Amino acid sequence: MATQALTVVNNKSGQATEAVYEHPYIVRLCHWINTVALFVLIGSGLQIFRAFPSFGPKIPQHNLINWPKSLALGGWLGGALQWHLTFMWIYIATGLLYLGYQIFSGHYKQILFTPRDVPGVWPMARYYFFFGAKPPAKEPYNALQKHAYTTVMVLGVLSVLTGLAIWKPVQFSWLAWMMGGFHLARLWHFIIMWAIVAFIFGHLVMVVLHGWNNFVSMLTGWKKDPEYISK
Amino acid sequence: MNETIDQRKFKSITRRELLKLTPALALGAFAIPPFQRRLLKAGLGFSDWASAALFRTHHPAPTFADSELTPFSKFPINDYDVDDPGVDFEKWNLTVTGAVQKPGDYTLAQIQNLPKKTQNTRHVCVEGWDVIGRFAGARLSDFLKLIGADTTARFVMVECADDYYESVDMQTALHPQTLLCYEMYDQPLTREHGAPLRLTIPTKIGYKQAKYLTDLKVANVLPKVGYWEDQGYSYFYGL
Repeated sequence: MATQALTVVNNKSGQATEAVYEHPYIVRLCHWINTVALFVLIGSGLQIFRAFPSFGPKIPQHNLINWPKSLALGGWLGGALQWHLTFMWIYIATGLLYLGYQIFSGHYKQILFTPRDVPGVWPMARYYFFFGAKPPAKEPYNALQKHAYTTVMVLGVLSVLTGLAIWKPVQFSWLAWMMGGFHLARLWHFIIMWAIVAFIFGHLVMVVLHGWNNFVSMLTGWKKDPEYISK
Repeated sequence: MNETIDQRKFKSITRRELLKLTPALALGAFAIPPFQRRLLKAGLGFSDWASAALFRTHHPAPTFADSELTPFSKFPINDYDVDDPGVDFEKWNLTVTGAVQKPGDYTLAQIQNLPKKTQNTRHVCVEGWDVIGRFAGARLSDFLKLIGADTTARFVMVECADDYYESVDMQTALHPQTLLCYEMYDQPLTREHGAPLRLTIPTKIGYKQAKYLTDLKVANVLPKVGYWEDQGYSYFYGL
């Protein structure tokens, strides 16, 4: 993985800043398409859920949650299904493009959580949650970030597999069987959705905390003044 | 050692990289109403195409043991207007038209004379619930043979006593588990469940399994597709 880096010199002050090309084009493109796709899939999924907001038998029906219509997309079940069945293809296509790119470019080494990263978990968790000292940053992603991104990729794959099990319980009956049956597949699909929502929440908090340069890097690919480059 | 460039040059590099993301803006078309309708229709069409491609004529839907059946009293009754359209059983028959050699009216006895198939299969509703029921009836494929249907035609369409209508692709119509169902749970079909005759298609979503059948037509072109489909639901919706 050859990381490109530049030294940017301000014409007026003459001050030099390091810049690193952190996010390749395919990664950024997939990130933003996926942002839209996830928004649509979650919104329309919740509208679909409103049609039968339960996981038990239909009779007697116990509504688990009365999810508000204003926080759902599609207006009615048929409309929500149109959104869901359209964007699932966009989601799958970008997912395959993204994973394929990560694997073949070797870029995955930057974010894949491996046993090597285990020792870094606790110091980082202490820093984030228990006011511990900040461990020195040596690479673009710290152990917890790698853990989060690796987990969400697995969740992404599982969201597709559970979705296929619900959509095609006959053609993919083995998938539903692997998930403990059609009922559980629907429940897994729902739980995985909330896990992804939890990731998105944490992700957005970190984006705000890490500031503008970090955010811009997902648009342009270039991160100015990354903290892991020693000055 | 890094290459050194000035601020302005760096800006032009990052601007170019940013512009490369513009294809993602195409998704914005989904926010523009006239495009939105067409795009979602195309998306649903693509899903239906993929569904048809995934459908395997000889792959059976899972079947279940009697102990796994949902009790009959807990088998939901879904309709779009009335539970009982008031079919007169004495006068009832199934009117067959279209691409068939022997069109005309068929009695329930004629259908019941065909080999009877009983199956415990899952009924999945588009709303998200499902039940395992016990259904018995004649294979639609046997009935199509009886009426001399042209099985190279694309669709089998049914119309119902309550003005509901549905259609299925010929592949699904010929599937060995697709039944003209006249019994549920070893009892004659009750009125709420579609007496005297309904469709049972364990490879399809619930709304395609029409109740209170009155007419059956084999055709290549459909004047209308299905009650819910014509309001925006998926046509194929194979499970």
